[in-house]
Amino acid sequence: MLEQPHISLPQGSIEKQTTTLNLGPTHPATHGVFQNILEMDGERLVNAESTVGYIHRAFEKIAERRPYYQITPLTDRLNYCSAPINNMGWHLTVEKLLGVQTPKRVDYLRVIIMELARITDHLICNGVVGVDTGAFTGFLYLMQFRELAYEIYEEVCGSRLTTNIGRIGGFERNFTPAAFQKTEKFLAGFPKALKEFETLMTRNRIFVERTTGVGPISAERAMNYGFTGPNLRAAGVDYDVRVAHPYSSYEDFEFSIPVGSTGDCYDRYLVRNAEMWQSLSIIRQAMDKLKSLPDDVYHADVPAYYLPEKQDVYTKMEALIYHFKIIMGESDILPGELYNAVEGANGELGFYLISDGGRSPYRLHFRRPCFIYYQAYPELVKGAMLSDAIICLSSLNLIAGELDA
Amino acid sequence: MSLTNDYIKQRLVEKFGEELTSFEEPFGLLSFTAPAALNLKVMQFLYDDEELQFRFLTDLTAVHYPNQVGAELAVVYHLYNFREKVRLRLKIFVPVAAPKVFTATKLFESANWMERESYDFYGVEFVGHPNLKRILNVDEMTYFPMRKEFPLEDQTRVDKDDEMFGR
Repeated sequence: MLEQPHISLPQGSIEKQTTTLNLGPTHPATHGVFQNILEMDGERLVNAESTVGYIHRAFEKIAERRPYYQITPLTDRLNYCSAPINNMGWHLTVEKLLGVQTPKRVDYLRVIIMELARITDHLICNGVVGVDTGAFTGFLYLMQFRELAYEIYEEVCGSRLTTNIGRIGGFERNFTPAAFQKTEKFLAGFPKALKEFETLMTRNRIFVERTTGVGPISAERAMNYGFTGPNLRAAGVDYDVRVAHPYSSYEDFEFSIPVGSTGDCYDRYLVRNAEMWQSLSIIRQAMDKLKSLPDDVYHADVPAYYLPEKQDVYTKMEALIYHFKIIMGESDILPGELYNAVEGANGELGFYLISDGGRSPYRLHFRRPCFIYYQAYPELVKGAMLSDAIICLSSLNLIAGELDA
Repeated sequence: MSLTNDYIKQRLVEKFGEELTSFEEPFGLLSFTAPAALNLKVMQFLYDDEELQFRFLTDLTAVHYPNQVGAELAVVYHLYNFREKVRLRLKIFVPVAAPKVFTATKLFESANWMERESYDFYGVEFVGHPNLKRILNVDEMTYFPMRKEFPLEDQTRVDKDDEMFGR
């Protein structure tokens, strides 16, 4: 076995007291490209050393070369299971920098898309925790609804996974009646499927015994490790960026934040499950609110940053000038420095943007929740069996794209 | 009593006086600069104080300002108070010739990988870090890619055929 020179084997392993197991970057159970070098005493883990960076694509460097509206496709590829949330987070950050106010209808449409993305991310995570315990059926039943969510994204923006959805100031086109019909179909069909999934898993004796007490973390340690999102809420801290610092009119909606107590895998599963029900309720409220708003508004009136209609570009002078300025990067992006956060499916997704007035950011840093809470993994699995370590890894909902950026 | 930016600034100035500079509030977020020697003391004060309670490190990153000779690398800490929901930004400037900053890992475990990332991309050396090695890039890399002087693409690559890439 070839020894990797940059990873020093622990002393215990060299003395043959412990075994070193490589849970390598390409492994079906890690759901992403990251490596764990496990030091094991028989079946129990003594230590785990994580190596990340296998899918590092230098987004922060690339973002320093691209105009603001071209950075959205980079944000797609952060947490690629819930790409719309990343896109909206970026648009909200730029809108905050520019002082753009979006109309209510845009906010509600954004909420629908973001909550749909949150549901799809949580259903993958919960389904995958099931798969890792051996229960494949629940995962497949829920994936049917992820397919329906893909169709909804397709109606709005044209893509399914890496959506590049929305523009600075709103959306690129109005939601078609088909998009609303598909959303209604989702709202009608998903509760039944989620109920079936719950019946399979939540009080299933085997699942409960596999996940209870696995990878627990106290609230103090979780906060010290920088946890946010469902993992922190499972540990007992009710911090949700949607409530603490509302954005995109979340203050108009009524929803609760599910909170766990022990922070183990079962609590994380329950928190994500409850969040899916809450998200469904939010989408329902948003659809109802949309009925009372004029249905032709889908972007803010900011011709300096939002591309005008093509027929106007060919006939009107101002539209032509704005189009030229935006595409050639001559728009007046104000200099400024801000940090804006949204509640991603994994936690607080933050954007630290420094603008020097040019066409691309001076510095853009993504505060990626996965990257920050993955550091806690060795502490979570110390002393656990190997199978528990795998379950813990999948219940943390690590998405490799967000880990590395 | 809710925590306002003015109150935080007042408490900081009371404790550290002239050492803290450049108090600004871009977009409502209080931001200030501290000398490199004081970064842990400031963060410890913000952590321990019962009224300030900045006990969460949201983000730790670095920025390169090549035009500011003697203070090219900035390490930026974003702190958060859960109870009052207030954010704070602390900046430390160090020269690129001697980029040493004290590590925050004893105070916040989450600083561990974030400091490794800042080391990997900017070359900021965190004094006292338990495991300061590159995290996202290959270990054999000899330069710090996010610094402004380095181009977007690696000019030393010989395996890319420019004709195929439309150049």
